Amino acid sequence: MSSTTVINLAEEPANAFAEIKRRGTALLPLRQDGLARFQESGFPTTNDEDWRFTSLKPFTEMPFETMFEPTIQTIGQSVINGIAFSQHDTDRLVFVDGHLSSELSQISNQSEGVIVSNLASALTTIEDKIGALSGKDQNPLIALNDAFFTDGAWIHIPANQALSKPVHLVFLYTAIKDGQASHIRNLIIAEANAKGTILESHISLGQAAASTNVVTETQLGDGSNLEHIKLQDQSSLAIHLASLHSKLGSDARYAFHSFALGAQLSRNNLRMDLAKPGIECMLNGLYMTRGRQLADHHMIVNHAAPYCNSHEYFNGILDDQSRGVFHGRILVEPEAQKTDAKQTNKNLILSDEATVNTKPQLEIYADDVKCTHGATIGELDNDAIFYLRARGLDSQTARRMLMHGFTGEIVERIQHNTIRDELNELVWGRLENEYHLN
Amino acid sequence: MSTSADTIDEFVSSDYKYGFITDIESESLEPGLNEDVIQFISAKKDEPEWLLEWRLKAFRHFEKMENPTWPHVKYPPVNFQEISYYSAPKKKGDGPKSLDEVDPKLLETYEKLGVPLHERARLAGVAVDAVFDSESIGTTFKEDLAKAGVIFCPISEAVREHPELVRKYIGTVVPYTDNYYAALNSAVFSDGSFVYIPKGTRCPMELSTYFRINAANTGQFERTLIVAEESSHVSYLEGCTAPMRDENQLHAAVVELVALDNAEIKYSTVQNWYPGDEEGRGGIYNFVTKRGICKTNAKISWTQVETGSAITWKYPSVILQGNNSIGEFYSIALTNKAQQADTGTKMVHIGKNTRSTIISKGISAGKGQNSYRGLVQVGKKASNARNFSQCDSLLIGNKCGAHTFPYIEAKNPTASIEHEATTSKIGEDQIFYCNQRGLETQDAVNMIVNGFCKEVFRELPMEFAVEAQKLLDVSLEGSVG
Amino acid sequence: MLEIKNLQARIDEKQILKGINLSVKSGEVHAIMGPNGSGKSTLASVLAGREGYDITDGEVLLQGNDILEMSPEERAREGVFLAFQYPVEIPGVNSTYFLRSAVNQIRKHRGDEELDAMKFLKLVKTKMKELGLAEEFLKRPVNAGFSGGEKKRNEILQMTMLDPSLAVLDETDSGLDIDALRIVADGVNRLKNQNNAQIVITHYQRLLDYIVPDFVHVLYDGCIIKSGDKTLAHDLEEKGYDWLIKDS
Repeated sequence: MSSTTVINLAEEPANAFAEIKRRGTALLPLRQDGLARFQESGFPTTNDEDWRFTSLKPFTEMPFETMFEPTIQTIGQSVINGIAFSQHDTDRLVFVDGHLSSELSQISNQSEGVIVSNLASALTTIEDKIGALSGKDQNPLIALNDAFFTDGAWIHIPANQALSKPVHLVFLYTAIKDGQASHIRNLIIAEANAKGTILESHISLGQAAASTNVVTETQLGDGSNLEHIKLQDQSSLAIHLASLHSKLGSDARYAFHSFALGAQLSRNNLRMDLAKPGIECMLNGLYMTRGRQLADHHMIVNHAAPYCNSHEYFNGILDDQSRGVFHGRILVEPEAQKTDAKQTNKNLILSDEATVNTKPQLEIYADDVKCTHGATIGELDNDAIFYLRARGLDSQTARRMLMHGFTGEIVERIQHNTIRDELNELVWGRLENEYHLN
Repeated sequence: MSTSADTIDEFVSSDYKYGFITDIESESLEPGLNEDVIQFISAKKDEPEWLLEWRLKAFRHFEKMENPTWPHVKYPPVNFQEISYYSAPKKKGDGPKSLDEVDPKLLETYEKLGVPLHERARLAGVAVDAVFDSESIGTTFKEDLAKAGVIFCPISEAVREHPELVRKYIGTVVPYTDNYYAALNSAVFSDGSFVYIPKGTRCPMELSTYFRINAANTGQFERTLIVAEESSHVSYLEGCTAPMRDENQLHAAVVELVALDNAEIKYSTVQNWYPGDEEGRGGIYNFVTKRGICKTNAKISWTQVETGSAITWKYPSVILQGNNSIGEFYSIALTNKAQQADTGTKMVHIGKNTRSTIISKGISAGKGQNSYRGLVQVGKKASNARNFSQCDSLLIGNKCGAHTFPYIEAKNPTASIEHEATTSKIGEDQIFYCNQRGLETQDAVNMIVNGFCKEVFRELPMEFAVEAQKLLDVSLEGSVG
Repeated sequence: MLEIKNLQARIDEKQILKGINLSVKSGEVHAIMGPNGSGKSTLASVLAGREGYDITDGEVLLQGNDILEMSPEERAREGVFLAFQYPVEIPGVNSTYFLRSAVNQIRKHRGDEELDAMKFLKLVKTKMKELGLAEEFLKRPVNAGFSGGEKKRNEILQMTMLDPSLAVLDETDSGLDIDALRIVADGVNRLKNQNNAQIVITHYQRLLDYIVPDFVHVLYDGCIIKSGDKTLAHDLEEKGYDWLIKDS
């Protein structure tokens, strides 16, 4: 991996790191190791196969201003009331530029033993768990996060317990100044047979080109069941870099839904480790881009045990000069017999200038498996439009209905009823108001 | 399966029936790669100055490049200094004037390979150019073709006889800067075939080149150039075999196809280089660059049956430059024993209303690793471009691997691209059903594999489809125990 | 009801319909039969307004209005219903939502009150019961993952709900087992009244045992070469088409 030549990338973080030391921040060895790894690798460039279609230049060319301090700016409750999911009955942890806001957070009495808290306050007890899953990843952004993370969520559901209500993680970015960088770390552990729903929202308050680099680790015990819905709806200059590492126990069920609607550049690195039998893992996503946005989903699902199912469904709608990037790799190791893996990526292009790069990949070393993948790029299906028109719908309505179906395919997979309905409306409203649908 | 262990052993050791060595006096260049070697080859072929210059430029470029590491294959680095870049059967005096004067041992070799060259036994309706190590030893039906205006000859001869045509097209589809092995080939290519089909001509017979590596420690670097003028049509087939040797041998070919307006080129390959043994000893490294360019309404169709080679690394591609042009790729790649294949295609849509079809069937058995790697690219101006890709993998046994790495890129909203892929194994229930109807397990496997590959066999010229089917059966022997 | 006069159409440069004349009155059932490639499906597509066909001559009047200039949806709202030979799968679009939208578009056009969700559901459930369709149907996306028989039954359900004045059934019987065939035929027969008409396009006489036509027409090479009553269908079943083709 070679570092780029723009402003002293490796140096800026090093200088910023002096501040970490000065503050005597916890987990110094992890942070120093992260910095060392980052300095060795530098930022990935488009010469790296994993970053071939996504240049980090918009990020690397900005100043590097880590948000060490919580922002002083007061954020009113009205801001929270205006964001998606806020009208649902949830527990809520709110972070502003990577720091917990106790005033805006609200935690009820969860079931016995359930922990819903911020990570920074619990570091001493969970030290060994941080980086347990993400540590092996060579991604320089994780190294950077190891060095600089400030706070994030810590959720623990003990064995045989369920979250009594969904937990909503709200990440707000003040985005007052270009280059503001928030490094966020989340740790979610669901023990055996535990159950819960986690919502994750990323929202910009200002319009500046601020960045976020979030690393989330989810560990699911045997027989546990977690639904995780992420909505990234940041401003059109924001940079959103995210990594999710999950390790699943036997017969665990994990559904991760990604809605990437905002940001000038968004990248979701998803790494699923299926090393126990009987796992069901679903990655389900919708990206909608316009203007000069780029949305990238990059996933590796590693089947290392028999009888696991993994499904990846990603649909994208691309308008203006925007770009959609999809990289999916299903890796089936020799011992992962009876794997059932499916991957689809469908893209709808609305403008002459939008681009799609898709790489749905299978790497299979076991013989008794069922693996399929498919990718499509194109306009709406003319036969389907005719069919609808032949039933009396005008062509505009027909097109809209098909587009609704296209987004609906993804939204429908959310199990939580009311959240699903809200997302359905949100997505559709966005398309109706901001995209060229005709 | 009812066979005892002995029979299985027999299967395994007997399966490469082209592994013999022809005992013939050869004139070989000392191993080594430098400008002198290139000067030597060029002088040997009596080449004009421009071609030597071109070779040297390619060589200097090659020296600046690095061996590509992105293919999904593993092998020790090739030492280019240990390879001999020229080997040819020794000629007496001026060499043979016609096939009748060719050394009988050579004719016998081709006869054993099932490609008789002498007049009595020639394959009807197929003109053959036989390339032995670095030299073409003869071309059949030359006169008949000449009557139709078709030129079919060794490329070294074309350089002498039709320099203007060679100079106009060589390196235009695959420039020497294209990739590492294309640069190497451009520097040291020894022989290969040249085909020219004049305007409005339908080539009266199938054209075929048979490549044979014989000498030890030699590399084969052939270069093929096919030019189909406006509204012409040609079907071309190449076959390849090599003796069983413990060392790996390098084969780095370049094939360039030019299909001008309304022309059609059908290019079929049956590649059966020595695959090496179960432990991965020996076998050919088959690193090939094949590409065609289509002008308006032109069509290029690649069909390949790849059963040989220790390592295969090739992506026959089509540049769909002209409006309404069509590119097709039909492939069967089988890896057994310790073979590794990373193969696929690139379809580059530039013109309007361009269409491409990709059908790839990968079969992995033994410890074989089989990867499909393909690119479908639709440029900004390629409105109404259509692509359909289907990549299916079949696994036999649990030590092999099947991988699919498609790259899809679209910059035009009217594009329609569909990619489908499946991976499956031969089901125990399918085998049982066949057994219960009285079929041997191996026969059942062959039957299922042949069914799996049907769509590709259909694309091969008739006589070769039968050959290819047999070849697949032989290559699968010993794959089930 | 429907007047087709000298209808000629082609795809690309190929002339498919070479001058069709057909008059269908209210309350009538017409069967159009013919060998493969005679132009049967093209006729259905042209009536419904599918793109890609060049109408080179002739006119099609529905209750006196020329429909050839109308868009597919306008024709649908005017009462033309095409039961597709290959109903299209529309993943992600819920069947109920789809059908209610269609019903209300057509009701609006006719000046009827639009149905709210409750009324619609009540109506569709009644119709489904009549047709012997499971309610499960409504929850699934339109035709996606349906078997061939299910798709055809879904077409009949839509027809029942949309209550067209002219229903064109394009090879609706293909791929149906005998039970499914009965359901389909039953749906068509229920729809029949003095104010509407049906054109049944079929390859086989089989369907006509259940949907009894008033007239049978033989289409060959883009023209109607013979018309008669239902006995013509039986003749065709026995003798094939060759005797007619030789005469023509």
